[in-house]
Amino acid sequence: MSAPAELLKTPLNSVHRELGARMVDFGGWDMPMQYSGIIDEHLAVRQAAGLFDVSHMGEIEVRGPQALDLVNYISTNNAAKLQTGQAHYAGLLYEHGGFVDDILVHKVAGDHFFLCVNASNQDKDYAHIRSHNRWDCTVENAGPRYAQVAIQGPRALEILQKLTATDLTAMKYYWFADGQVSGRPARIARTGYTGEDGFEIYVDPSEAADRWNELLRAGRDLGLKPAGLGARNTLRLEAKMALYGHEIDASISPLEADLGWIVKFDKGDFVGRAALENQKAAGLKRKLIGFEMRGRGIGRDGYEVHVDGVPAGWVTSGGPAPSLNKNIGLCYLPTDQAQVGRPIKIIIRNQPVEAITVQTPFYKRSK
Amino acid sequence: MTYPENYGYTKEHEWVSVEGGVCVVGITFHAQKELGDIVYVDLPRPNTAVEAGKTFGSVESVKAVSDIFAPVSGEVVEVNQALADAPEMLNEKPHDAAWLVKIKLSNPEEIKSLMSAADYQSYLGG
Repeated sequence: MSAPAELLKTPLNSVHRELGARMVDFGGWDMPMQYSGIIDEHLAVRQAAGLFDVSHMGEIEVRGPQALDLVNYISTNNAAKLQTGQAHYAGLLYEHGGFVDDILVHKVAGDHFFLCVNASNQDKDYAHIRSHNRWDCTVENAGPRYAQVAIQGPRALEILQKLTATDLTAMKYYWFADGQVSGRPARIARTGYTGEDGFEIYVDPSEAADRWNELLRAGRDLGLKPAGLGARNTLRLEAKMALYGHEIDASISPLEADLGWIVKFDKGDFVGRAALENQKAAGLKRKLIGFEMRGRGIGRDGYEVHVDGVPAGWVTSGGPAPSLNKNIGLCYLPTDQAQVGRPIKIIIRNQPVEAITVQTPFYKRSK
Repeated sequence: MTYPENYGYTKEHEWVSVEGGVCVVGITFHAQKELGDIVYVDLPRPNTAVEAGKTFGSVESVKAVSDIFAPVSGEVVEVNQALADAPEMLNEKPHDAAWLVKIKLSNPEEIKSLMSAADYQSYLGG
């Protein structure tokens, strides 16, 4: 079965097909949903390691003497605090305070920042960043120059270390290094989207298949499994990491999304700042909160949430949590109702089913 | 995968085994494979009337909810209670232990419109 011609493919497309992956159209990309099964892959990442192709993700490079000024103006976190070789999570906002995207900002050098952005947002992000470029920076939509492979899980370090001279143990969480994997150039970042320790590796697309196969071989006896977007989603939900189009979008601010920690009001002006200050002063109308199903049923993305019999919000992401043997989710509720321990009802096929708001993250790895 | 010769099959990937006036209904091996890990099953209560071609329940995988369509019309006389606690049985034994419901036929003629195992397999494209 071949994919429709219009779908975009990562350099690993044929590798996935050879592995027997079930492929899906993910935002216009022909991507692996699963290989051995979502639950099996999910548990492999929690217990050993999983290998993900995330080459669809976009990369934007910002270069120039005033690169920091531009990056700090278009993002919510304070890039001035980053040291060379350090990365952080940030929001890219519209003036009205809603998300253009959520991104990872890597400081490669004083005059060079490397942004990892969502696949389906990359062109929009690029246009947005350029529209605010008053500092004459060079902004490059560099997605086609990078493939990205993520190795995640408690054994990720041990596996990757077999193939690189970069001292991974010395690399702190959310730091990165330009080194080599199997003797070929690679940007190795200790970042991820699973709630586990792990690395995201940026390589030349023409070499991605070799790196992928070498990693799979290196991890074969250590429990490493290829993992698809299905497991990526259940893993990130357990770790309560936001997904664009679900927890966050153009209509939602980082304050509402429980992402106040990536908004640095003390750093100077940035796009969306005024709107967020107004929102803060006026008080937030809604907030993101986690829930667990109590009744039989699975609250899923988009389902309505009732409090005291009245429609109060909606589920942004919901589904089974394979590590926890529970059905969990995230939802927006009016701020005065968004407290842990509140009984709520999720409307599942017209039936209200009991759930309760809970503390998040649902899953936290032991360090 | 072998599809039992004595079952009838639908385009919605259900199988039907007729035992007297009662049909045992399940989802096919192909259906469970397409769905992936099944984590929840929603079935009607006994005595519910169902109509051929209409949805009467759902099967949920990690990723998605799929409707189950009644292959025949009639009355649900028994529901496989074991699936409530062990929905993964649908992945493991879709053609036998993980049957969904038993339906007492109201129109035995409907059985004739089901596909044979051979027809179903060619419908699957192989």
